[in-house]
Amino acid sequence: MAGQQRVYRQKIRATSSLKKIFRAMELIAASRIGKARLRVEHATPYTRAITRAISAVAAHSSVDHPLTTARTDTGRAAVLVISADRGMAGAYSANVIREAERLRGRLQADGKEIVQFAAGRRAVSYYAFRRRELAGQWTGASDAPDRETAREMARALFERFQVSKEDGGVDEIYIVGTRFVSMVTQQAMVLRLLPLEIVEGVQETEEGEIEPLYDFEPSAEQVLDALLPRYIESRIFGSLLHCAASELASRQRAMNTATSNAEDIIRNYTRLANQARQAEITQEISEIVSGADALAAS
Amino acid sequence: MAGPLTVDVVAPDRVLWSGTAERLIAPTVEGEIGLLTGHEPVLSVLRTGTVRVRGGADGDAEFAIDGGFVSFDRDVVTVVVEPAAPAGEAGETAAH
Repeated sequence: MAGQQRVYRQKIRATSSLKKIFRAMELIAASRIGKARLRVEHATPYTRAITRAISAVAAHSSVDHPLTTARTDTGRAAVLVISADRGMAGAYSANVIREAERLRGRLQADGKEIVQFAAGRRAVSYYAFRRRELAGQWTGASDAPDRETAREMARALFERFQVSKEDGGVDEIYIVGTRFVSMVTQQAMVLRLLPLEIVEGVQETEEGEIEPLYDFEPSAEQVLDALLPRYIESRIFGSLLHCAASELASRQRAMNTATSNAEDIIRNYTRLANQARQAEITQEISEIVSGADALAAS
Repeated sequence: MAGPLTVDVVAPDRVLWSGTAERLIAPTVEGEIGLLTGHEPVLSVLRTGTVRVRGGADGDAEFAIDGGFVSFDRDVVTVVVEPAAPAGEAGETAAH
């Protein structure tokens, strides 16, 4: 009986030290998320400006740039999955990977071969476990991405888009990541990076207004050449920042839940321990009383 | 005459300058370009040099840049810059 009490006490001790860890991780995530959100906000105008400029070139010029026209010769698509380096963030990485698998299924149904890129240790280990080859991987800075990493990713992906079929060229580039909508909502999503498909942010000319004649210096092609690497890099960097903020928000929420679960468990075990102690006392009393009774009767 | 220009100068990690100004001078690969209201829409690639904002609501500003591009459409100017490393700091102090 005394053994049972000890077991309960042990469990309570173990759970309260876990609870301390959860609480600490929640606080760490909470303290970092403000900065991560700020970085998202600060990087957004740049990404938007570049996107708008690209759209303007695409809409107001008739250049047939190889990067804006769809390529169909290779039958391959590059997919970059951005996940977390560590767990303890609820379903964050699982959601991204599920979205990536869905995209994979869709692309394969279209007869495309997937060239897989992964960022974040969770995605890397997921693909390593399934023995799928990774064309590129980046780990170590999922909650605080830097521009250098983004530049490297952009270079690796962009190169794939430019080389010929024999060298592993691809038709399309997708990013699977998480969009930070708010502190409580983060959405796994797929973004097609290349070829450009969206023309967003270009003002529609009003009825009767003459379509403005854009002047490109030095030329539309050269402007595109200069813009596209920046565009890809900024989109990737933007995605990384969104993912970092989402990861931290997911982690904070998951750790918050874990902390209150730990509290529940501690409360339950405390009750059970009390019960065990009470049972022991009752048993001892009844042993003494029955012993005394037996002595008195003899 | 139309109103002043709406100017945004953005760097990859932050907005350097935002507001209205009378004039913007930027170093394009084909030479300096001065933008006033009513300029035709233009999109051009910038080289290393200095972007100058003149007649802003809170004074003039200058940014040393390492490249980027400027786009002008209906009196809205967006300058996307790669700030030059040491001079970028100077640009920041000028903006604040």
